[in-house]
Amino acid sequence: MHIPLDYETLRLIWWVLLGVLLIGFALTDGYDLGVASLLPFVARRDEERRQVINAIAPHWEGHQVWLILGGGAIFAAWPFVYAVSFSGFYLAMFLVLASLILRPVSFKYRSKHADPAWRSRWDMALFVGGFVPALVFGVAVGNVLTGAPFRFDSDLRMTYEGSLLGLFTPFTLLAGLLSVAMLMMHGAAWLAVKIEDGPVLERARRFGRGAAMATIVLFALGGVMIAKGAMGMRLDGVVDAAGPSNPLMSASVGAPGGWLANYGAHPWMLIAPIAGLVGPLVAMAGIGMRRGWLNLAGSAAAIKGIIATVGLSMFPFILPSSIDPRSSLTVWNASSSHLTLFIMLIVTCVFLPVVLAYTAWVMKMLAGRITLGEVRSNPDFY
Amino acid sequence: MDMAVIELSRLQFALTAMYHFLFVPLTLGLSFMLVIMESIYVITKRPIWRVITRFWGKLFGINFVLGVATGLTMEFEFGTNWAYYAHYVGDIFGAPLAIEGLMAFFLEATMVGVMFFGWDRLSRRQHLLVTLLVALGTNLSALWILIANGWMQNPTGASFNPATMRMEVTDFSAVLFNPVAQAKFVHTVSAGYVCAATFVMGVSAYYLLRGKWTNVARRSMMVASAFGLASALSVVVLGDESGYTLTDNQKMKLAAIEAMWETEPAPASITLVGLPDVAARTTHFAIKLPYVMGLIGTRSLTGQIDGIEELVLKADERIHSGVIAYDAVERLKINRADTAAMAAFETHKRDIGFALLLKRYVADPRKADEATITKAAWDTVPNVPVMFFLFRFMAGLGFGFIAFFGMAFYCASACQFRKRWFLKLAIFMIPLPWVAIEFGWVLAEIGRQPWAVDGVLPTFLGASSLTVPQIWTTIFGFTALYGTLAVIEVRLMIASIRKGPVEHHDETASEAGFAPLPAE
Repeated sequence: MHIPLDYETLRLIWWVLLGVLLIGFALTDGYDLGVASLLPFVARRDEERRQVINAIAPHWEGHQVWLILGGGAIFAAWPFVYAVSFSGFYLAMFLVLASLILRPVSFKYRSKHADPAWRSRWDMALFVGGFVPALVFGVAVGNVLTGAPFRFDSDLRMTYEGSLLGLFTPFTLLAGLLSVAMLMMHGAAWLAVKIEDGPVLERARRFGRGAAMATIVLFALGGVMIAKGAMGMRLDGVVDAAGPSNPLMSASVGAPGGWLANYGAHPWMLIAPIAGLVGPLVAMAGIGMRRGWLNLAGSAAAIKGIIATVGLSMFPFILPSSIDPRSSLTVWNASSSHLTLFIMLIVTCVFLPVVLAYTAWVMKMLAGRITLGEVRSNPDFY
Repeated sequence: MDMAVIELSRLQFALTAMYHFLFVPLTLGLSFMLVIMESIYVITKRPIWRVITRFWGKLFGINFVLGVATGLTMEFEFGTNWAYYAHYVGDIFGAPLAIEGLMAFFLEATMVGVMFFGWDRLSRRQHLLVTLLVALGTNLSALWILIANGWMQNPTGASFNPATMRMEVTDFSAVLFNPVAQAKFVHTVSAGYVCAATFVMGVSAYYLLRGKWTNVARRSMMVASAFGLASALSVVVLGDESGYTLTDNQKMKLAAIEAMWETEPAPASITLVGLPDVAARTTHFAIKLPYVMGLIGTRSLTGQIDGIEELVLKADERIHSGVIAYDAVERLKINRADTAAMAAFETHKRDIGFALLLKRYVADPRKADEATITKAAWDTVPNVPVMFFLFRFMAGLGFGFIAFFGMAFYCASACQFRKRWFLKLAIFMIPLPWVAIEFGWVLAEIGRQPWAVDGVLPTFLGASSLTVPQIWTTIFGFTALYGTLAVIEVRLMIASIRKGPVEHHDETASEAGFAPLPAE
């Protein structure tokens, strides 16, 4: 079969698509994770909680598919990344899965009994289902930046030499908190367009402002730690960007401060960290002016900027090894085959627009603010 | 390789997959039954059908949510617990999973929200379209995951690449149009339809026995008996047999199911019952029907079905050939330009997976002696007694469903479901499709052993490099979490059924939200 795009280009496209998927996940399921983390704080009475829950109830299932698709697409396009990260971060993955499983059942089961003890238990579960994944995803990204302790043997079997507690260092915890702050800001912004004016929305605005400020501070602090710390790598010797996907055939070496090198070579990339810092300011302005959509746009820009910053800083690295630099996974050595990348690109080009179209249709059909009155009267509400 | 890690990883995968598949069949079938019921509502505009659709929709929702939640585990488990598998075949296996997400999961998950929350916001036709898209999405997801699973049973369209030490796709359409995958898809979704039809029959029978909601129950039973009969016939008739003669490993699975130790002259007989004896390699007390196996298996009077001993000899040959390929790959690791090694690899590459079977006994397959090779060849035989009995149990249940729905279909016109013994039988039937379905999966996956991917990668090489305490932690964690959720789920299901097709789930508001049913 003749493949009209060369291997190097396809790898680059799939690196961009990886970013698009992660951003898609953070933008959409970010509402739900953020709202769930905010639930105990912004909503106090049962009715208020139901109002908040019903602001995300019809959407979370669709949003969560971004995560499932992310898993599937990494498997299909970056099998090394899928295998190394998921088995390496084994217990952390379990924490995420267990809390994510709690989330949907909390939505569904909470409303089935009026008993306040039953409901507050599920509210707690819902909070865990939002907060824990948000934290662990951030910690995981922190570990991707610092590098993970893995190596390959000549059969490309990976061994991992870390532990669950080893994942938590000051820098990775900071990344985790940044992720929580960012998604709480986003959840609050979603509430700002999705529920009627009232005490809940007031509290959401307050928390949204705090989360936006925390996002700026933590993101800036993370940047300083990257600049001053020992993180960073660079490729060594001749790089065959269209070569076989075999990490052991390429060479990478540690380069402290290396995660900033791309910005010197390509100053346009600075747009990502700038969006990461300006976005939360816009969100705060939106809160101040009581413009929900401005709040949401600022928050979305911040998420795009922050996630893109990670990707662009590390390029071409995707998952560096902290114990065996040569095992590090890059855009040029960790993808699936030329043919698979091409087929998956076609499939994506056909179906992703369809998905976006019907998601937009659903959003439109279910548009409008959730009112307390509706919470009391609609029999379909949780 | 630490065998404890392998066995625990298999245990965890089996537990999570079988648990996940408690919810999937009902989702597959009930979604289509909702389409049928809602279509009747849209065509007749009779409010009773709206009540019926919404009632079964509520039960669908309780079930759907756990299917989605536990499916998440499945999507990631190949990476967490089967990392070397994920690396080794990810180039092929990952694609259907990603397409499943893009094409099916998004559709069902996005639409299900509108299905539940859009009753007041959509027109009747729009809502029916949404319900149809949910059903389409769930069934498409079954298609893609079975294309992935079908490839594990019959890995076509791929070959080993020594430069990347993994299987890579060579012909994507062969992966897509894999006959094993197609047979599996029809078999699996039909089983899901039977499961949903039996569920609707049983719950409705409970109402009829109690004399409650009879106008909902009787109509639901009409839909379920027609849908169930068609599906039960489809499960058995278009069953799983069609792919069994394709490859050596599929042949082995068939031989193990039938406990056929030796090749019989065509057309072979079928063993109805018996007692397979692994040590003596024979089946005691066998009651055989002549010709039937040959007819079913090959659809001809002359086609030969290989016995286990014959297939083991073939495996032995392929191991010898695989060792040559393995040696060539090891030489290519040192010198990628070694032309002699490349030529040897090309000749023997389709058997390289068989050399890997030896890694259970020796680190380097090239150092294995003849005795070890014979042992490894016998490893290709799955657990014969388990296969033999599971299959008979499953197939027996399958015929039972045909009889049950045939009876139901007759009852629908002859007695309008007024016979109490039939209603009691319908309630008793509720769990049986789940039993048959879980047996079917165990049969399919035990029958694939010792392979993760038939002839390509042995299961024991596929696992991640984890430790025993790590896997115990997650097994305990999943068991506790899933166990708790199962208890809650079943109690909620029962509570919702007890409550019946009332329109509000809040006890305090149920009086106000009560929808009186129109008279018959």
